[in-house]
Amino acid sequence: MDTMYHLPPTAAEAAIATTVAEAAAAQEPLWLTGNGTKGAMLRPVRSRRTVSSAALRGITLYSPSELIVSALAGTALSEVQATLAASGQHLIAEPPDLRRVLGAADAPQTIGGLVATNLSGPRRVAWGAMRDHVMGIRAVTGRAEVIHSGGRVLKNVTGLDLCKLFTGSHGTLGLITEVTLKVLPLPETSATLVLPMAVAQAGVAALSAALGSPYGVSGAAFLPQAAAARLGLPGAAALVRIEDFAASVAYRSEKLRAELGVAGSSILDDAASRLIWAGVRDADPLVVGDDDAVWRVSVRPSAGPGVLEAAGCSGFLDWGGGLVWLVGAATPAAHQRVETAVLAAGGTWTLMRAPDALREAVDVIPPESPVLAAITRRVKAALDPRGILNPGRLYAGL
Amino acid sequence: MIRLPDPKTDVLARRDAIIAGLRPLLAESGLISEAIRLKPYETDGLSAYRQMPLAVALPETTEEVAAVLRFCHQNGVRVVPRGAGTSLSGGALPMEDAVVVGLMRMNRILDIDYADRVATVQAGVTNIGITNAVAGNGFFYAPDPSSQLACMIGGNVNMNSGGAHCLKYGVTANNLLGLKIVTIEGEIVDIGGAHLDAAGYDWLGLLTGSEGMLAVVTEVNVRILRSPEGARAMLAAFQSNEIAGRCVDAIIGSGIIPVALEFMDRPAIHACEAFAHAGYPLDAEAMLIIEVEGSVAEQDDLLDRLKAICQNFDPISLKVSQSVEESAAIWKGRKGAFGAVGRISPDYLCMDGTIPTSRLPEVLRRIGEMSDSYGLKVANIFHAGDGNLHPLIMFDANDPASFHKAEMFGADILRLCVEVGGCLTGEHGVGVEKRDLMPVQFAAHELDQQRAIKSAFDPDWLLNPSKVFPLVEPVSLALAAE
Repeated sequence: MDTMYHLPPTAAEAAIATTVAEAAAAQEPLWLTGNGTKGAMLRPVRSRRTVSSAALRGITLYSPSELIVSALAGTALSEVQATLAASGQHLIAEPPDLRRVLGAADAPQTIGGLVATNLSGPRRVAWGAMRDHVMGIRAVTGRAEVIHSGGRVLKNVTGLDLCKLFTGSHGTLGLITEVTLKVLPLPETSATLVLPMAVAQAGVAALSAALGSPYGVSGAAFLPQAAAARLGLPGAAALVRIEDFAASVAYRSEKLRAELGVAGSSILDDAASRLIWAGVRDADPLVVGDDDAVWRVSVRPSAGPGVLEAAGCSGFLDWGGGLVWLVGAATPAAHQRVETAVLAAGGTWTLMRAPDALREAVDVIPPESPVLAAITRRVKAALDPRGILNPGRLYAGL
Repeated sequence: MIRLPDPKTDVLARRDAIIAGLRPLLAESGLISEAIRLKPYETDGLSAYRQMPLAVALPETTEEVAAVLRFCHQNGVRVVPRGAGTSLSGGALPMEDAVVVGLMRMNRILDIDYADRVATVQAGVTNIGITNAVAGNGFFYAPDPSSQLACMIGGNVNMNSGGAHCLKYGVTANNLLGLKIVTIEGEIVDIGGAHLDAAGYDWLGLLTGSEGMLAVVTEVNVRILRSPEGARAMLAAFQSNEIAGRCVDAIIGSGIIPVALEFMDRPAIHACEAFAHAGYPLDAEAMLIIEVEGSVAEQDDLLDRLKAICQNFDPISLKVSQSVEESAAIWKGRKGAFGAVGRISPDYLCMDGTIPTSRLPEVLRRIGEMSDSYGLKVANIFHAGDGNLHPLIMFDANDPASFHKAEMFGADILRLCVEVGGCLTGEHGVGVEKRDLMPVQFAAHELDQQRAIKSAFDPDWLLNPSKVFPLVEPVSLALAAE
């Protein structure tokens, strides 16, 4: 069945639009969500009413030969993944399962929630983020209108790209009701180089060399001692993954091991490789207590070790050093140390989890320059003129 | 014919004062106002449409761009940003009352960081110029539009340009890390940086492909990638479009992601062979160019797998390149396709729709029927991996009736693309060319929503205002906020 993106609203979309219109008329804030598994992220939304996409379930289009899958926003990620796997394909960005880290209930993650939060896993360093593979969306905006952007083809530059604007907007512009994603064939196999490295700077230098090699590296992480132990490794290590046909994986992993020339390096087979990268993806190295804060930081890769050190808390590095996971005390002082370290490195932080008091007190993502902040307010007003959708979630007062 | 908005008569009346006001904001010779020197800027790659601009500003720095935009904003003057002027959709078509801001003097590479795999370049650096700057270290910039020798990265960002290798490497939007932009008020803003996935709204994604309507891009941080060990192409020719289409499905279904997968129909094969002498099979109805990457052994392995797949579809011929030179010859015909068609027809329109690849045979059949009914020949080139179709409609620009028919034929093709589940433009942009077809793909309220987002960046609609959206009164923010 073809999904025609410019079709009129479905009954479910129309019902959501009615709810939004009523809330807009009453100037009443709405909490837009899927199954709520990422509610711990960013700033809490104070609202009495919830609008959820959880009931919008089902894969609406899957065309393996066209590398395209469409699903209603509330469809479980696991259902999408199982459907793709049955045809030998997968979601390219390797979406993480952060439910443990976020202290979420055991409800399934929804595909719409992953798009709304733009969360990507280790493969992002080579193959792009969720936002790079969102080919189409439908959404109910704060104007209570059902709109679409993009479609069900892989190349589309028709009009402004609202898929990008909605991806990672955390429900502040509208409720995504359906997404269309580019998919790719599953690699035949994988292998992981384990490079024993005590110091993060040296580890990231090795990851840069690996990512700058012609061997198609699709994962590059550095685990300090404690993080490595959590994933069953004997000591701090840099990890480098290669995924492809078996002959290529064998050839490239050996070639890369020889070129990097790190003493004591070893190669994990496919099964061990899958296991360890699932751990990296889901931030398993983090030990998170109920009163802790978790930050997810993005910086230029070479700055990752410095941020890890300056933040003064424990964590590990993915994306060649450019993604820094941090866990520490949920205090304004600890948050300030993270902010200072990230601003010095020229990057961006996201407060992934903390008790509400901290989430309400600090900048959960970096504030924008005054010019950009004014554009943000106007774009938000263009889609949510009454400011009722997930108010404050990204920026206080917006 | 495509209508441009009426020029602002008050701006035309103030022309001398505007020029006098702009001149001191730019380095010497940075402002062009004489008719004879404005002439080269009257059109772009969509040369059927021409319009002399009020003046052309050629800034050399971001600060000069900011000064020009601030002045234009204060004086209510429209601005048309321009890179190399290679847009095939009229994205850089001037207006009589507009100042063209040409970025071609901002052509410096500012920084290359191999450890973090990012290059910072000014907007007027050519696409190939980036790859040339890093090739010595074995790196490249992935998106490769056919115009890459001439087109500039600032234009690539504004049009979200693609190329023949996007199946593996993505389009411009997937290869950017940061931008320096200037707003219409003349404010300089940095977006992103050298890191992935900034928090907050994805301005990088929204600005990419915004066709010069939201801001002027002056600097770009691009991801640079290490080149593969090698690449090699093969040719496979088939008895019908349907069979070639099924072969494409089988290739994708096999788990191989070729770095390029190009489809040409019979007229395209003939035109390109006459031009490039690449050894294309003239008895075929359809032909695929398939490229793989890796070490020689990896290439051999993948090409053997691909050959085996193609054998299942009764190919007329299969030719695996044995050398870099043979691969180059295979690509020469494809990359020279536009020039090749230019040799057999006085003029052509290059269309750019996208379709679900499964609908290719049906779409080509219906384009063939339209070709018969309009009495105009068409050659089809198709990025088969991603569904991006380029019909080249041949006509004679000296015959107004022929041009009119070609435009109607093109519009019919794009309506067909949308009807089968595709879109109006895959990589060339809407520009003026497809502007009036936007209601085929978007409902009125959806276009209004996009207009309201433009208004959020450019409340007075001074930046490239006649492009992308059908002409109506600009949606004011007040209206957007009801």
